[in-house]
Amino acid sequence: MSTLSAIDEHNDHHDHKPKGMMRWILTTNHKDIGTMYLIFSFLMFLIGGAMAMIIRAELYQPGLQIVEPNFFNQMTTVHGLIMVFGAVMPAFTGLANWLIPMMIGAPDMALPRMNNWSFWILPMAFAILLSSLFMEGGGPNFGWTFYAPLSTTYAPDSTALFVFSIHIMGISSILGAINVVVTIINMRAPGMSYMKMPLFVWTWLITAFLLIAVMPVLAATVTMVLTDKYFGTSFFAAAGGGDPVLFQHIFWFFGHPEVYIMILPSFGIISAIVPAFSRKKLFGYSSMVYATASIALLSFVVWAHHMFTTGMPVAAELFFMYCTMLISVPTGVKVFNWVATMWRGSLTFETPMLFAIAFIVLFTIGGFSGLMLAITPADFQYHDTYFVVAHFHYVLVTGAIFSIMAAAYYWLPKWTGNMYNESLGKLHFWASLISVNVLFFPMHFLGLAGMPRRVPDYALQFADFNQLVSIGGFAFGLSQLIFLVVVIKCARGGEKAPAKPWEGAEGLEWDMPSPAPYHSHTTPPVIK
Amino acid sequence: MLGLISSSVFATSSLNMTKGVTDISQRVYDLHMTILIICCVIGVVVFGAMFYAIIKHRKSQGAVAAQFHESTKVEVIWTIIPFIILIGMAIPATKTLIEMEDNSEADITIKVTGSQWKWHYQYFDHDFGFYSLLSTPREQYENQNGKNADVVKGENYLLEVDRHLVLPIGKKVRFLITADDVIHSWWVPAFAVKQDANPGFINEAWTIINKPGIYRGQCAELCGKDHGFMPIVVEALSQADYDVWLAGQKQDIAKAEVAAKQALASTLTMDDSMALGETVYMTRCAACHQANGAGIPGAFPAIKGSPIALGDIGAHIDIVVNGKAGTAMQAFSGQLTAKELAAVITYERNAWDNNTGDVVQVSEVNAKGAK
Repeated sequence: MSTLSAIDEHNDHHDHKPKGMMRWILTTNHKDIGTMYLIFSFLMFLIGGAMAMIIRAELYQPGLQIVEPNFFNQMTTVHGLIMVFGAVMPAFTGLANWLIPMMIGAPDMALPRMNNWSFWILPMAFAILLSSLFMEGGGPNFGWTFYAPLSTTYAPDSTALFVFSIHIMGISSILGAINVVVTIINMRAPGMSYMKMPLFVWTWLITAFLLIAVMPVLAATVTMVLTDKYFGTSFFAAAGGGDPVLFQHIFWFFGHPEVYIMILPSFGIISAIVPAFSRKKLFGYSSMVYATASIALLSFVVWAHHMFTTGMPVAAELFFMYCTMLISVPTGVKVFNWVATMWRGSLTFETPMLFAIAFIVLFTIGGFSGLMLAITPADFQYHDTYFVVAHFHYVLVTGAIFSIMAAAYYWLPKWTGNMYNESLGKLHFWASLISVNVLFFPMHFLGLAGMPRRVPDYALQFADFNQLVSIGGFAFGLSQLIFLVVVIKCARGGEKAPAKPWEGAEGLEWDMPSPAPYHSHTTPPVIK
Repeated sequence: MLGLISSSVFATSSLNMTKGVTDISQRVYDLHMTILIICCVIGVVVFGAMFYAIIKHRKSQGAVAAQFHESTKVEVIWTIIPFIILIGMAIPATKTLIEMEDNSEADITIKVTGSQWKWHYQYFDHDFGFYSLLSTPREQYENQNGKNADVVKGENYLLEVDRHLVLPIGKKVRFLITADDVIHSWWVPAFAVKQDANPGFINEAWTIINKPGIYRGQCAELCGKDHGFMPIVVEALSQADYDVWLAGQKQDIAKAEVAAKQALASTLTMDDSMALGETVYMTRCAACHQANGAGIPGAFPAIKGSPIALGDIGAHIDIVVNGKAGTAMQAFSGQLTAKELAAVITYERNAWDNNTGDVVQVSEVNAKGAK
């Protein structure tokens, strides 16, 4: 009996939590964990961004002015790894933690202790990765795609640290994804059928399945790299009966679904924000769901479009070209639906909407260059040039990261209970929008003119554009500090936010007060 | 300010893909332009509709939101139309691709081998070959800490090599592409040929060059530290000029054989060896072991004070001539003459305070397998 009464007493104090650091280390609360994920991802965004600044400083003019080529390669490699695994993916997991329980009417994530664990192993993984940069011989220098045998026989001694950090990141992602799947399947409020779920929940459910499917493949890849380098196996070495191209097949079987892992939740975010500021329901909800699912399924049969120059048989090249082109159909449907949502709406342009509109336009430009890259004969010219660099930065920076920024502005009032400073938000938007295009648009021209990617120095005809790109890069980097100021100011105070600060916003999270109480939906809401 | 920058940008830089100098590269260019234009048209229509809504349907203009939010008919239409456009793109792409992958009936076969960080070209039909290395002097690109600030970069900075791959025009040239160490990628934009060089496997590509000239390309796959410093230069000649060039090559090979025999019989002095050795070292060894012999700790071992350079001469010769399996240390026997090898080993044993006093002779290197 005494145990029972202890539980009762505990339940009476909902907000009971340790003070200081221990609150954050021991927390199993989805909102605390979501906050930690978001802060961590922004920290990683700054570190990865600092590396990009080193890259752009070196490429500001021809010649090697600042760094050695080996260090340059470490910067491109670790910049990519940090932005993919440290910035974009944890940001989405943070948003999932904060929003999914509130959106589906659940009190918390289904597996709260695992949730704590899946976050706290991440800083360890990145501590290992970053510490490898200070080892003798340097950190990983073989590109974020770590093609063998450059990452095996010819890799620096620190490769084991790289492998283990990737393993830990993978475990973290898988745990997070399992949590999302279990939460969404089991913890929806009564009456919330699958086809009533907000699209952010839908896209994250599909993303979580992708994660569970492909992160083990990445783990297998890095394990084979480890044994090839340290234990004498020959998975990727021809001399022992292996094949370096096998590495690329396995890596991209992970890698292509991975790029959709980094964009599907964005689709969910944009599908929440565009209707809110158009004051009009999302056009074609069910087609959005089907399109997301089609993109996810197709993502498993397009991996070799990253490998057109590896010497595949022509039949395989045709297959992968057709499948890749096909992806533009469901992606197109999404863009058309967003435009149709805005059509004859009642539009206003607060910062989240500005980022969402920029997302639609710039992500679509990234989609166009993606379609061009799918055309195999043309890809022979584009492949491994700055055209590719431009393409994936359009989909990842002005795509994924712009959507994360949009989400942050949209839900900040709910998270902090305060409105952010709209003028500063708009300043952040316009500064980012202009600089990001100065940064990435000329890269298309550089690539078409023949500049390969991952080079620390270049021929003289590329000098002018590189200078322009670097100026855009520095400006974009600095612009993100405005965002930091906005968030800190908003967390500290400001105009009190009402429960529903956006006139057209829809969803259960707007029914609760701002800031959202530490424990929300302790009794399930009623779904109409 | 920005205007100034952009005008200089557009004045000196090429903005678009090259049309190249082969039928295939022209087809690839046409394909590229077709897709680009289709994408631009779609973009104008979609973004046009969106910006129309942004301007006309804003709340501040008194717009009241409509209620529609679903239409299966519309969804079907904008699924099918893009699909049809895609089929229109896929047909010419398929045709071009099938033609590009037809490697049959070649007139000339060149084996291209990438290694860190140079290319080797083997003329299969004439049984000779050579290495092709970056010829831009280090002073032009090593500018760290304001070093060499007064050195002017040449016109073909980083896109020039010591020996061009020479090919005749109008002949179908088949490339057999492979690598010795890591993956490289042989890319000449003017031919629209980009093919990965995979260690242990052979890839094929082909071209028929229409116009004499010099065409420059670069390694396109990250291949380690000096990935940005292994350009490709192809010199396309008329058949008559090509024949003259071939005859010259054969004479040079004969001369080299005589010189090798003479070298074997001669005795090298310390001074001569140090001078020749330094030149060889700077072009072939310094990329990894560094000009000061200190290497890069953890990546490339030092030679200064190293047990190999100060220890047994036989072991030193062996590692330079035959390389060390499983590491980035290549076998230099096919890359350098026996005399050059002897000289560079002498240099390594006596430069940077190594001071062993050893002078390696051609015969000693020859005994380990060098020619």
